[in-house]
Formats: sequence, C-alpha cells, structure tokens
Amino acid sequence: MNPLYLEVYVVVLGIVLLMAEAFAGAGHKRGIAYAGILGLLGILAATFFVDPAAMNSAAPYMKFYRADALAIFLKQFALLSTIIVLVMAVEYAPTVEANMPSERRGAGLGEFFALPVLACAGLMWMASAVDFVMIFVSLELVTITFYVLVSYLRQSNASLEAGAKYLVLGALSTGFLVYGITWVYGVTGHTNLAAIAEALPGLDYAVVPALLFGFGLVLVALGFKVAAAPFQFWVPDVYQGAPTPVTAYLSVASKAAGFIVLLRVLETFVVIPDLQAKILPVIAVLAGATMFFGNLAAIPQSNLKRLLAYSSIGHAGYLLLGVASIGAPFAGTAILFYLAAYLLMTLLAFLVMTIVAQAAGGDDLSNFNGLNQRAPHLAFALLLAMLSLAGIPLTAGFLGKLFIFECAVQQQHYVLIALGVVAVAAGFYFYLKVIRAMYWQQPANPDVPEIEVSSLAKITIATLCALIIWLGVYPAPLLALLP
Amino acid sequence: MSPLLSLILIPLVTAAFCMAGAAPRRISLFGAGANLLLSLYLLASYNIGIGGFQFVSENPLFPAYGIHFSLGADGLSLVLILLATLVTFAAVWVTPKIEKFAGMFYACLLFISAGAIGAFSSIDLFFFYAFHELALIPTFLLIGIWGSGERQRIAWKVTIYLAFGSFILLLGLIGLWQAAPPELRTLDIRLLQQLGYAGMMQPGPVVYLLLLFGFGILIALFPFHTWAPEAYASAPAPAAMLHAGVLKKFGLYGLLRLAIPIFPAEIQQFAHLVLVLLLGNILYVGFVTLAQKRLDLMLGYSSVMHMGYAFLGFVALNQLGLGGMSLMLFAHGLTIAALFALSGEISRRTGTLEFSQLGGLAGRAPQLGLLFGFAAMASVGLPGFSTFASEIMIFFGAFARGTVGAFDWYQTCTALALWGVVISAVYMLRAYRNIFWGSRGSAVKDDTEDVSSGERWAVIILIAGLLLTGFRPAILLDYLNPVFAYLAP
Repeated sequence: MNPLYLEVYVVVLGIVLLMAEAFAGAGHKRGIAYAGILGLLGILAATFFVDPAAMNSAAPYMKFYRADALAIFLKQFALLSTIIVLVMAVEYAPTVEANMPSERRGAGLGEFFALPVLACAGLMWMASAVDFVMIFVSLELVTITFYVLVSYLRQSNASLEAGAKYLVLGALSTGFLVYGITWVYGVTGHTNLAAIAEALPGLDYAVVPALLFGFGLVLVALGFKVAAAPFQFWVPDVYQGAPTPVTAYLSVASKAAGFIVLLRVLETFVVIPDLQAKILPVIAVLAGATMFFGNLAAIPQSNLKRLLAYSSIGHAGYLLLGVASIGAPFAGTAILFYLAAYLLMTLLAFLVMTIVAQAAGGDDLSNFNGLNQRAPHLAFALLLAMLSLAGIPLTAGFLGKLFIFECAVQQQHYVLIALGVVAVAAGFYFYLKVIRAMYWQQPANPDVPEIEVSSLAKITIATLCALIIWLGVYPAPLLALLP
Repeated sequence: MSPLLSLILIPLVTAAFCMAGAAPRRISLFGAGANLLLSLYLLASYNIGIGGFQFVSENPLFPAYGIHFSLGADGLSLVLILLATLVTFAAVWVTPKIEKFAGMFYACLLFISAGAIGAFSSIDLFFFYAFHELALIPTFLLIGIWGSGERQRIAWKVTIYLAFGSFILLLGLIGLWQAAPPELRTLDIRLLQQLGYAGMMQPGPVVYLLLLFGFGILIALFPFHTWAPEAYASAPAPAAMLHAGVLKKFGLYGLLRLAIPIFPAEIQQFAHLVLVLLLGNILYVGFVTLAQKRLDLMLGYSSVMHMGYAFLGFVALNQLGLGGMSLMLFAHGLTIAALFALSGEISRRTGTLEFSQLGGLAGRAPQLGLLFGFAAMASVGLPGFSTFASEIMIFFGAFARGTVGAFDWYQTCTALALWGVVISAVYMLRAYRNIFWGSRGSAVKDDTEDVSSGERWAVIILIAGLLLTGFRPAILLDYLNPVFAYLAP
C-alpha cells in the first residue's frame, strides 16, 4: 500500500467523525470515540503493510515527503498514542460535559473526540516531513488543534488560562521557527533538507554565522515544542490547566514530534564536522539544563498533574542527552526506544490519573492517598508507571535510560552523566512520593465508593502494564522494529 | 526449567499468590521452605571436582546488545544462595501477626529474596544488576508502611541513598563493558573474568573507583554508612534480617566477582585508601556502636562495623583473605539475621529496645536469653562459630599480604583492626548484660512471656548453621576456595 494514503485515511476519519457528531444523539456521543478508536486501530494495522516502493519517486510531492522506516515508526507512535488518548477522553467525558456552558447532555463531546484524530494526521505528516515548509505546515496543524483542545473546558479558569498561555507562547515559537527558516533559506537558497545538505559543503565560510543564527532560531522553536530548558516555563501551567487527556497528548505525541523534527534537521547539519562541533555542545548544554531543572523542580510539587509536567521536562532532558550523543552508533535506536518507553509509561500514568481524579474529585497527590485500599489494581498500575518513569530495572524505562547513558558514555559526556546521576536520584524521590501517597497514607475519607473502571480502560491499562514489563525484560522485538 | 530459575520463580509466584489474597503466612512458609530444600539439593549436586559455573542456562534476549538471561552458579554463588534461602525461611517464620496488608508484607519479603537469589545466580551483568534493583522498592515499602520510629523519613533516605549508589554502580558496569575490545564486548561475567585474567581488559582506575564506591554505598563502606543503622533500626525485624543478612552481601559479592579478576592492579593501587576507609568502619563506627543506647541501633552499627573486616579480606587479595571474606558473608549474614530476629522478639515482648528500660529479662524469658547469648557470641567471633573462622582467615590473610618484618600498611592496619574484636566484645557483652541480667528493668513485667517453640526454631536453625560451619568450615570452604584458587601462590 502506498504510505501516502495513511494520512488521507486519518483525515477522512476525522472529518467523518465530525460530521457524525452532528447526527449522533445526545446519549451516543461516546460512540464517536469508539468509532475513532476502531478506525485508528485499523490504520495502525495498515501501517505494517505499507510499501514505500509503491510511491512514484518522480512525483513532485517526494520533495516534501519521505516514508522511511523512521517515519513509519513515528506514524505508528502517533496512532498508538492517539488511540490511548481517546480511551482517556472517554473516561474524562463527565468533566468535559460539566464544563460546557450548554446544559444539553453530551454537549461538546463530539469535537473533543474528533480533534485528536486531526492532530494525529498532523503528527503523521510531521514524521514524514523533509522540507522546512512541510515541517512548518504540519507543525501548525498540530499546534492549532492543541490551541483548541487546551482551552476546551470553557468554564474552567485554569483551562482558559492554560489556553491563553499556550497560544501566546506557541505563536512566539512559531515566529522563531519561521524567522529561522528564512535565515537558512537566505543562506542556502533551499527549504528542502536534502537540498540544504547538498548546498552546505559549498558554502562561503563568511555566511556560516548567518546559517548558525538561523539554525539557532529553529532550535529555540523546537526547544519550546519539546519543553527543553530554558524554554520550558510554559509547561507546568499549561499541563496542569489543560484537560488531562490533552495534557497526556501534549506531553507524549507533541514532544515526540518535536524530537523527530529535531533529528531530521540535525541529520542535515551535523554531516559537516565544523557545524557539528558548534551545534552539539549547545544541545549538550540544553540537555544538562533540562535534566537538572525538570527533575529538581519536580521535587516540591504536590499536584500529580504538575509533577508529571515537570517529569516530562526531565525526560526531555534525557532524550536531549541522547541527541547530544548522536555520534554513537546506537544513539538513534536509543532515542526511539526511549520515546516508545516514555509513551507507554506516561500514558499509563495519565490514564490511571484520569480515572482516579474523576472519582476523587481532583488530581492533587492527596487525592491519591490510600489508593491501594480503594482500588489495588489501579494503584499497582500507577506503581508500575512510576517505577518505569524512575528507571527501575525490568521495566521499559530502565532500558531506555540505560541505552541513552551508554551512548553518552561512548561520547564521553562525563559532566552530563554526572548531572544525569543527580537528576535520576531526584527522580527517584518524586516518583516515590506518588507511591508513598498510594501505599503509606491513609485515605482522607474511608467511605468513598469503589472506583468504577470501564472495561475498555481496564483492557488498555492491562495492555500498557504488560508492554512496560515485556519491553523491560525482552526488548528484542521492538529493537528489531526500530530503524 | 533450570533449577536456578525455579529458585527465583518460587518466591515470585508465592509473592503473587500472597498479593492475590491467599493465606499469606502459610503459603510463604511453604515457598521459602521449598526454596531452602532446593538450594540444599543444589549444593549437594554441585560437582566440586569440576568446579566453575554449573546449572548454566542461557537465553539470548537481545544479541546485538549482548543481553542474555543467563543463570549459573559456582561455589560462591551457591553458598550465598543458601544464605538467602536460609535467612528468608527464618524471616518468614519469625514474622509476627501483621495487622495491615499482611499479603503485601509477605510479598515484599519474598520479592527481596527473589531479587537477592537472582543477583547471586545471574551470570549476565544486566540481570545481575537488575535483580538487585528489584529489591529496592520492597525495602522502601517495608520500612515506609510497617517500620517504626521516623519510618517515613528513613525510608526516603535509604531509598535515595541506595538508588544513588546503584546508579554509580551502573555507570561503573557500563564502563566495564566498554573496556573490552569492541569485538569482544560482552555482558557475560564468565567471559569478562576470562578477559580479565588474560589481561585483555584495562578499564582503568576511574571504572574501579566507580565500582568500589557504587558497591561500597550498598555495603555501607565508611563514610557512606549512615543509611544503614537507621534503616535497620526502623525496619520491621524480618525486613532487617533480609536486608542486613542477605541483600547487603550483594555489594561484596559483586566486588569478589568483578573487581578481583579484572582489577588486581587497581586494587593494589588504591589499597591504602580502602585500608583507611575500612579502619573507619571498624574503629570509628566501632566506637559509635559502643555509644548506642538502643539495641536495634547498636545492631545496625555493629553490622556496618563488621563490613570493615570484609574489606580487609578484599584488599588482602590472597586466597586466605578472600576465602575468609566469602565465608564471612555467610557467617555474618546468619549472625545478624539471628540478632535482628531476637531483637524483634524482645521489642514485641517489652515494647522497647532502650537499654535503660530493659534488664533481668532472662529471669522471665530464659530461652530467649540463651538464644541471644549464642547469637551475641557468634557476633563477637567466639571460636566454634564460623564468624571466628572467617575473621581469623581474614586477619591472617591480610597480615600475610604485607612484607615480612617490615610492618607495612597491611600489617599495621591488621593490628589496628584486631582491636575491633575487643570493641565488639565490649558492646555485645554489655548489651547482653543490660537486657538479660541485673535488676529487672521497667519494661519487663511479670507476664512477659518466653519465646514459644515456633519462634524458637527459626533462630535455632540459624545458630545451628553457624555452629556447624564453625566447627567444620571446610563444608563451605570446599565450595569457596576453588573460586579463588588461581590466587594461591
């Protein structure tokens, strides 16, 4: 099958869902989410049968679009995270209904389920984008969808505040990106990454500062997207205010897309040793600052959502450490493996959190007190997610960290490794805080009813738990899949 | 299924049953008992004549990274596995009635046991490390949920401290892996040892120091020992037995396995540093132990202090010293487990472990007094217990390491370390007197009961093990010595 069709299917699915929303009865809005999940599962299955050779290599779109193994892997990544986000959105539906101005049942739910599908199309295009124009357009498709989703809870001040902040800073980073692209275009005369790579060796030495300036601006914009320090300051407020499924989507899919673009752009520039020597140290500094800040600032947090926001900054730091060690032979594989592990454990944490927060009425850590007594299975799932995020062996998170640090050792980034050790120890502390709340503390109100979990969520949670342990013990199948 | 895999799986499966709601005590006792018998069977069927790693099973998990799930055991592993199963059995046995989450409590104990057995029987570096980490979270939960005193603060401190140490260790292990020539890189401990013997690995001093301090933090090497006494004092008695008796031995085991064959030059290069630190363990911590006013803290410090002897055997780097060190892992593990079990019994009967409130307990609980006397004597190193055999081997080995007649570093430090024996005799006998003899303390009541026959046997098994291997150390040394035979001149 021609890989081009994948995005087409996703867009069609999204539009169909939007149209179906108009006709679905008030009690049947959740059917839209189920249809979306089913449709995306079908497309996810189809990604395993695409054949890049079916594309016409002479066609003009080939300048913008590439369907290599990396791109296919990321499309699968985007599809999988969208599916899990939709599962989460179904659980989250009561909160959405409660925050709509309309009293009508099911108000606003349809779009809440359909918009992630459209964002997914943008993410999939971004995975294949090999031209700055295409990168920009697909990035904007994703970002604009997120502007809507972040401020979706129209009667919640926190959500509106988050939306405004995300809009302003997103627009700012878009400005950086466009400005950076114009500088690169001005120096090289191309927006296509392959053409830029060809033009680089012949460049006059005098224009190199201009090129680096342009690249620096692009790096700033991507720094906003992946939440790298010092461009991370929007993350805690936006993540905490946004609806939880959107937060999960932001912290996984949006971050992964940022890293893909970063890798694609980097692989264009680092082929020139001179440029590499100037660029990689900058990324190393970003990596160190991000690891350090994300993990240390997470320590005093008392709200789980905010804590996970800081943790996502910290994980961006580890990923950047992998990017800074890009010279090591396994670095690419290590980064992708880390992303996959990050997807599983973060989405698992957010999914459990969504369910518990609905039942407990909030996402402060104190709402999780004594969860072990109320819902031992949910507590165990969250325990597993936290252990994996902290990097305990025999979970996927540990192997991710191991591979990244191994690459860093090979590239002799000893200062970064020392910072990383401190960051990991700090990470232990705040992830264990969640475990402490669930297992040590007594529940505030022992008579609260049992937490009900839908069977769809149960299946998803069980699958995610199994995958985390499976990848932690037997990573070979996934590693074989990675380009 | 390989017998070693069963040894790891039995506790894990038992733990799963406990969490699922089966009667935890009965099934845990059954699982731990089966494991003990299985480990004895393995010791009996190990062929000493052939030596080396036996019962080997290898399952490649990801060949490109060289990660195999490989299990195997040589004499050293088997002795430590026996230690783990013995202490687990005793710890499960002495566990009193647990008020809250009994299933979780037993599951945590069994997880620690499985982690320790897994680490001792792994011949792949990755799983060697991973199994040890498996035991970290149960420790956190055991202290945090069921601990006493400032349990929460202490659980944090221990977990962060140990996680930090493990991570330094992990960096050292990565360095070790990278030190081999690229085409020979392997995670297989057997191959690493061979490369080490052949002189084809020169990881250099940085990697050695990472390993020394990574393992050192886990062993509570001075000055990184501050986590241990508090943790053992706060942890429930069965958890302290398993952690001090078994899990802490992982660090020493790792040094024996990896540092001895690969870093002989670096061990000599940094011998003076280690000698100074181990004197910190023996003398400084020894004096701190003397000053303790509570039995649980005193036992915690004494276990830290005894680690100094183990390091003395380590730097001796000859067959006598290393044989003594590995025998000591076993002897000290049983001793400290017995002592913690008894201190748990004392605090359950009197509600306190303060020396000032105890006294004359032997009048009310003579059997408890007798058992404690045995355990205390074992800890002091009285001839007849294997602690004596191991300590004397270590002292002889370390003294012989120095140049004859020169009275160099090794001999000076051995002479100083010998004072540790006096120190431990002083604090142990004083504790014995304060708790069991003299006028009756305020916490000892007329209705204070003696140990029941059930509680008695768990400790008797441990003490019997100490006496048996003390009168005839060859039982274990036959297994241990061939591991270091190549060092013999």
